[in-house]
Amino acid sequence: MTSTPTTARAGDSLTESPARKVSVFLSQHARVRLGLLLSAPLFWLGLVYIAALAALLITAFWTVDSFTGQVQTTWTLDNIITVLTGSLYQTVTLRTVGVALLVTIVDILVALPIAFFMAKVASPRLQRILVIAVLMPLWASYLVKVYAWRSVLSQGGIAEWIAQPFGGSSPGYGLPATIITLAYLWLPYVILPIYAGLERVPNSLLEASSDLGAKTWRTLGSVVLPMLWPAIIAGSIFSFSLSLGDYITVNIVGGANQLLGNLVYTNVGAANNLPLAAAIALIPIAIMVVYLTAARRTGALNNL
Amino acid sequence: MRLSRAARVTLGTVTTLILAVIYLPLFVVFVNSFSTSTNLTWPPPGFTLEWWGKAFQNAGALEGITTSVQIALAATAISLILGTMISLALQRFDFFGRDAVSLLVILPIALPGIVTGIALNNFFRTILDVRLGIATIIVAHATFCIVTVFNNVIARLRRMGTSLEEASADLGAGVWTTFRLVTFPQLRSALLAGGLLAFALSFDEIIVTTFTAGAGVTTLPIWILDNLFRPNQAPIVNVIAVVLVIVSIVPIYLAQRLSGSEQLQK
Repeated sequence: MTSTPTTARAGDSLTESPARKVSVFLSQHARVRLGLLLSAPLFWLGLVYIAALAALLITAFWTVDSFTGQVQTTWTLDNIITVLTGSLYQTVTLRTVGVALLVTIVDILVALPIAFFMAKVASPRLQRILVIAVLMPLWASYLVKVYAWRSVLSQGGIAEWIAQPFGGSSPGYGLPATIITLAYLWLPYVILPIYAGLERVPNSLLEASSDLGAKTWRTLGSVVLPMLWPAIIAGSIFSFSLSLGDYITVNIVGGANQLLGNLVYTNVGAANNLPLAAAIALIPIAIMVVYLTAARRTGALNNL
Repeated sequence: MRLSRAARVTLGTVTTLILAVIYLPLFVVFVNSFSTSTNLTWPPPGFTLEWWGKAFQNAGALEGITTSVQIALAATAISLILGTMISLALQRFDFFGRDAVSLLVILPIALPGIVTGIALNNFFRTILDVRLGIATIIVAHATFCIVTVFNNVIARLRRMGTSLEEASADLGAGVWTTFRLVTFPQLRSALLAGGLLAFALSFDEIIVTTFTAGAGVTTLPIWILDNLFRPNQAPIVNVIAVVLVIVSIVPIYLAQRLSGSEQLQK
């Protein structure tokens, strides 16, 4: 017997194949097991993703040769200064953050009543049907949904057809259309965490609140909302982050308006200025880092 | 808190209205796919099956579907393996930097798609000097698909507990045997659900894809985007859109069945 006597188990007396030895070794060394499990995923995420993000950061400090279009690895702050001081970038950044904030607010306002109805009013059967009904559009293609809103808001489209009898008009293509479409796209991502958060609010608490004389609004404001904040913030991370990076929706329903994503895209493609594109992309990263750090304090990250 | 009847009815009405708005656009696309008008006017001036016939002979669209399926299958396979490994590591072990690793997994979807897109584009082109193509799309997709598998598997591992695995080890089964005969069978439906989600996510992805696709590769979303603004092709885009929505019902149904049978087991 070559194995250490302290670990003699029923199985060890069978065969001592190399595979068996490896297995015994692994079951005795949890750290090695952990190391093997972590190796491939960390290799992948670290090499592909973190390295790419780091490279992006570095590229932002490089420059492009205006003749050959090749990236030159000479260090410069020009791109960063251009992005921070250029009026175009300031305007577009403000516009993008504004759109993302409005989308998030619209989503939360729409998600609250439907999530509340699902969690606290609907019967268990209806609840299941509603969850499916809310999730279903998530599976429909992103482009299909944007395109669908293009159809709805088009000239002579159904929005005009519905609004005209009431003296209204379709918002047409532009920033309002972009906000509507983005809010539509990310709505399920906001409804689900809020719904899950409401499910965690025990009914007994609501009853206690009303037994103590609180009216509906008082209960909602003083009991439900404080418990629901982390869930709301968790949902807002999705709608905010996804809106910050979107450039396709604004292309399809936004008319001539540009968001940060469009600037990045033109600089990667047509303008072929990767360093400048990288510098612009640092704006949404910086905004998201601030947002995530703030969200972390509220404990919202555990609700994702 | 007991809601008054009026409050319940109001909430119910609001919910119905929201659901109506959620489904209205998809309904419009469905009706438009039969419309004789090519510029999205409502109500449709007349109905025709012309676009449906043309769509199924459209070489570009069919090629796009094939490419997208290939990419989604490869990305799903990679994310299933990596997602399972990382879930096991995070759920079954306690180690320094555990929070950092779990943040690392969600980062590719927490950061805006454009950031992931340009970071990978820059990495492939400037740093590694690889040609963009199907392989680079697969790498990009797998990176953000890991999290969907991870979410499903880690939730299952949490509920499973470790007693069965310990029993298996006590009875002399090796690490691999325990995984194959005890852990994996319990994970199977979670893997299927996570895999379906990963597949759908990859099949549908457009933002990261445009940055990692290079010139020659056309996935279905890229084809749709290219043809959206062409008046002659727009009705065919309608048909493809309807088909995609109908096809997507299959994975929902499956995922729902899976979570349904889970509830029975509890």
